[in-house]
Amino acid sequence: MQTEIVGKPVPRKEGRSKVTGAARYVDDLSMPGMLYGTTVRSPVARGRIRAVTFGEGIPWDEFVVVTAKDIPGENAVALILLDQPYLAAEFVNHAEEPVLLLAHEDKHLLERARRAVTVDIEPLPAVFTLEESLAGKEIVWGEDNVFKSYLVDKGNVDEVWTQPDLLIVEGEYSTGAQEQLYIETNGVIAVANAAEGVTVWGSMQCPYYVHKALLKLFALPPERVRVVQCETGGGFGGKEEYPSMIGGHAALLSWKAGGRPVKIIYDRAEDMVATTKRHPSLTRHRTAVTREGKLVAMDIEFVVDGGAYATLSAVVLSRGTIHAAGPYTCPNVRVRSRAVATNVPPHGAFRGFGAPQSIFALERQLDKVAGAVGLSPAEFRRRNFIREGETTATGQVIREPVDMAGLLDRAFELTDYEAKRERFARENAENNSTQKRGIGFASFMHGAGFTGSGEDYLKSIVGAEADAEGRVRVLAASTEIGQGTNTIFAQLASNALGLDYDLVEMAQPDTGNVPDSGPTVASRTCMIVGKLVESAAVGLRQTLQGAGLLTDEYTQDEWREACRRYVERYGALKSFSQYKPPPGVHWDDEKYQGDAYGAYAWAVYVAEVTVDTLTYETRVDDFVAVQEVGKVVHPVLAAGQIEGGVAQAIGFTLYENVVWQDGRMINNQMTNYVMPTSADLPPIRVHFEEQPYQYGPAGGAKGIGELPMDGGAPAILNAIEQATGVRFTHVPLMPEALMRGLNEKA
Amino acid sequence: MSDGAIKVDVRCTVNGATHTLRVRPMARLLDVLREDLHLTGTKEGCGEGECGACSVLIDGELVNSCLVPVLQVEGAEIKTIEGVAAGAELHAVQQAFIECGGAQCGICTPGMVLAAVSLLAHTPQPTDADIRHGLAGNLCRCTGYMKIFDAVVRACERAGVKA
Amino acid sequence: MRAYLPDYHLRAPKTLADALDVLAREPGVWRAFAGGTDLMVLLEFGALKHKNFLSIRHLPELRGIEVTPDHVVLGALTSYTEIQRDADVRREFPLLCAAARETGGIAIQNRGTLGGNVVNASPAADSPPALLVYDAELELVSASGTRHVPYDTFHTGYKQMDMRPDELLRSIRLPRTTGDLRTYYRKVGTRKAQAISKICFAAGARLATDGRIKDARIGLGSVAPTVVRCARTEDVLRDQTPDEATIKAACASLVQEIVPIDDMRSTAEYRARVAANLLADFLSTLKIDGGKSDSA
Repeated sequence: MQTEIVGKPVPRKEGRSKVTGAARYVDDLSMPGMLYGTTVRSPVARGRIRAVTFGEGIPWDEFVVVTAKDIPGENAVALILLDQPYLAAEFVNHAEEPVLLLAHEDKHLLERARRAVTVDIEPLPAVFTLEESLAGKEIVWGEDNVFKSYLVDKGNVDEVWTQPDLLIVEGEYSTGAQEQLYIETNGVIAVANAAEGVTVWGSMQCPYYVHKALLKLFALPPERVRVVQCETGGGFGGKEEYPSMIGGHAALLSWKAGGRPVKIIYDRAEDMVATTKRHPSLTRHRTAVTREGKLVAMDIEFVVDGGAYATLSAVVLSRGTIHAAGPYTCPNVRVRSRAVATNVPPHGAFRGFGAPQSIFALERQLDKVAGAVGLSPAEFRRRNFIREGETTATGQVIREPVDMAGLLDRAFELTDYEAKRERFARENAENNSTQKRGIGFASFMHGAGFTGSGEDYLKSIVGAEADAEGRVRVLAASTEIGQGTNTIFAQLASNALGLDYDLVEMAQPDTGNVPDSGPTVASRTCMIVGKLVESAAVGLRQTLQGAGLLTDEYTQDEWREACRRYVERYGALKSFSQYKPPPGVHWDDEKYQGDAYGAYAWAVYVAEVTVDTLTYETRVDDFVAVQEVGKVVHPVLAAGQIEGGVAQAIGFTLYENVVWQDGRMINNQMTNYVMPTSADLPPIRVHFEEQPYQYGPAGGAKGIGELPMDGGAPAILNAIEQATGVRFTHVPLMPEALMRGLNEKA
Repeated sequence: MSDGAIKVDVRCTVNGATHTLRVRPMARLLDVLREDLHLTGTKEGCGEGECGACSVLIDGELVNSCLVPVLQVEGAEIKTIEGVAAGAELHAVQQAFIECGGAQCGICTPGMVLAAVSLLAHTPQPTDADIRHGLAGNLCRCTGYMKIFDAVVRACERAGVKA
Repeated sequence: MRAYLPDYHLRAPKTLADALDVLAREPGVWRAFAGGTDLMVLLEFGALKHKNFLSIRHLPELRGIEVTPDHVVLGALTSYTEIQRDADVRREFPLLCAAARETGGIAIQNRGTLGGNVVNASPAADSPPALLVYDAELELVSASGTRHVPYDTFHTGYKQMDMRPDELLRSIRLPRTTGDLRTYYRKVGTRKAQAISKICFAAGARLATDGRIKDARIGLGSVAPTVVRCARTEDVLRDQTPDEATIKAACASLVQEIVPIDDMRSTAEYRARVAANLLADFLSTLKIDGGKSDSA
């Protein structure tokens, strides 16, 4: 019997099938009689549909054609609001909005047909940037273009500005859109008809989101809709909401085709041009600080561009808002935030979910404030780090030990930060090299799980079942998307039961077979759902013990025997566990005050850069990520999460630039939207500190999935500021912009 | 003239088995492998030779199968991810990918494994720079590449690495 | 796949003579198809306008690297990998090796060909600036004979070439006169690998014993409708000492000589500025006792 499985680098459950090519992703599946589906999209950003014409030379009678009129239920993607149609009926609100669906068994002919459909649209004035939207250049959504606004108000910011002897520092920061760029594009297969209901297989993060959306779309009861996750080639948030759209489209085509299976796989160009991206953002800071460097007030305005429909913008905004004031103690904090509408494809979830945007602004601003006070960026932060017993911007009392200064020390020690900071300053000033060096850091935290009352509202359920051979299967809708769900859930269950890792498996996420353990988002899978996995597993043991088949101490053989006898006697052995909030957690959704998250991961990231003043390119030479994550369940997977997140953050900062023209991404190819290759990234050195969270699984794990996305951009720009002396305020910082910054300085 | 619509016979060897494929000459090797031979381990990530998910070996050299018209593999020996392991025994690179965490979502993994196999065949003792350069045509969005580098190093530490 | 596959024809003529015969009999109908690394991308996006192609990849007459007393002759089908593996090319034409190493990833380098890079005529191609610096000459063959064209007169406009529809590029000839040429290569493409260049800069120069520049050659990509040899700037440099005044004059000339544009990858301003910076960097390496420049 294995005694301690947690903290061990056990082999990834589906590792073998992935390295041999045996793993089946949705595009690897085929069904008899299957048709291929495609989407005819709007050529313009905003307008009224005048006509749809079907061109010459296509055998149209062979095609399945679906328009908004064919929708059996409601023409709205059920998410938070119901404002986004599956198919535009009269108006289009963004370029590439779906207007019509086609299916045919010959995918080459299908593509030819797609190009032969003309959607004639009378254009209407459109807004393309959040600035235009805020200015009310045109009202394109609701009464004022605002999807959602929040106010976090601690102390009284307005009374601070007139106080004597304070320094007031202002700054404005912005971030661009970022494409998730999972290497597997969105894809689904659907079988739908009135007799059998609707089944969708696909690449996705959240089977029950798709399930909920299909109920509405087809006006069917829950038991008539089934959603199955296939092996999924990356998500990063990009497959949180969009599968509801593409899954609905395939199901509509199948429904119209009388139940023939329909497969829709986007090619890369379509996936990039039509699906969600990270919300662009604008943040304004006004900070009051004493001459000794103590924060007195932080007044923050945070705006994100939500695109044409509400989708998840309200919750992205929420996370960005709550993280906007960072891991610092400040008596007066006000965050005013808004998500606004523009006529671009809806922006959506992407790792970090609003927090990378607002943390970028904060950590750039604090370097500026430090300079104004005359302190080093590190010393300034040391004087303001939050400590146990102090309160965050939302008034949450930090009840766990937190040691940001210790993380800072560790990160500095690992990078020799102080010595390098001094040396680079000297060398940059002294020599005439075209290569300028810099080192910078960012300190931040990331809340795990849904915000505020979100988890309580979700009430997630996880099941576990054991068969007569004593094999345990975890029943959850939480998906394996590369981050290691299958593996850590098996670790947690086997650890809880004292069984071999090999004896535990994850059931395929299939809404027909697993309970709703909530979406695979928000760094919640390990901390929130993992805890439920443990208690569901323990429930199996308790059932066996209650039946008198197992004693407190048992061997694996005794476990098997107990299971055999139980199944023989009573049939299936199953146990379920449902989320209950930890005691003493309070959240006020009206005032946006209280315990925003059950737990936070805390981090300090250091980046070292070289700026080439010939080409204005920045190379990250070294990157150290130090974080406190509660408990590391699997050291290799955990480090892999951090390294991958840091790589995406480096992309966000220096490489990945969405080029827009009239509300449409025009560089929608991997050739022209440039993510880092293996030749571009620095060594990413990951260090974990463990301070167990009392309500986390495995003796205290917290969430880590999104954390590594947060710190890279500000750490790198802080380093670039040292290298160049220029205070850049926007990411991505492309070489062209870096050149302009240097020119303006000179 | 419509001989493009006419299928032609292309003879080649795939993972050691000889095939005569009845195909359109301009069909992508990627599609022929996946659809005609049901070898779905070879993935499509971009369709433009940028991501490397569709990498296979043709006569021992790494290529993007999305950029190869099938007519051009007449007489060639092709190896796909399905042919990398020797039966149930994994190739050292595959084993190392599992142990080191080189595969996360797995969609780039077949191409990445073949790129690593090809790298070690040409450069049995690669430097860090060799590894970075050798894998630069294979994009991975999950790992940040670090665990993939670890896997390549571990694979070449083991004896008997051959393409 | 956005192309309609049945529209496309691909044939593999048995010999070079057969290929040239087809091109001569139906001029303009058939086009050569080599490694496919450019054409297959267009096919995938449904943007490959031409429909009829002759696969020439298997023709031995277009392969191989031959070294004669005066030239290194690279068959048009020489791949980027073959360029890097060839000891003679590595020794005598380091700019070409550097370009080959930075063209796509390994899989592209195995498949893409030097001849394809030339006749695809992209202004952003990586090896043509190096070919310009090396005074390359192209050998074009057709059923009616062979002709040689200096590479720097080959591209006549955006995607326009001095090449008839019945001709094939057989080889690229490089004069073996590079012994004392100091060279410099820099591809700028945001990321280090798998990039389309925003600027591709190749240069070479010889110094007289008194330190004056006697032979300057500058080839640039992505700064004009074609790759360009910057003859006017080379004139500015001729017989000058590479001091600060010369560098300034040369950079001023260069930004006048090139015509970069704004596009989705970069800006005209950036391209001009970086081209000038790289020229200045190259010239600053030209010292009498210095060896070859390092960047290649």
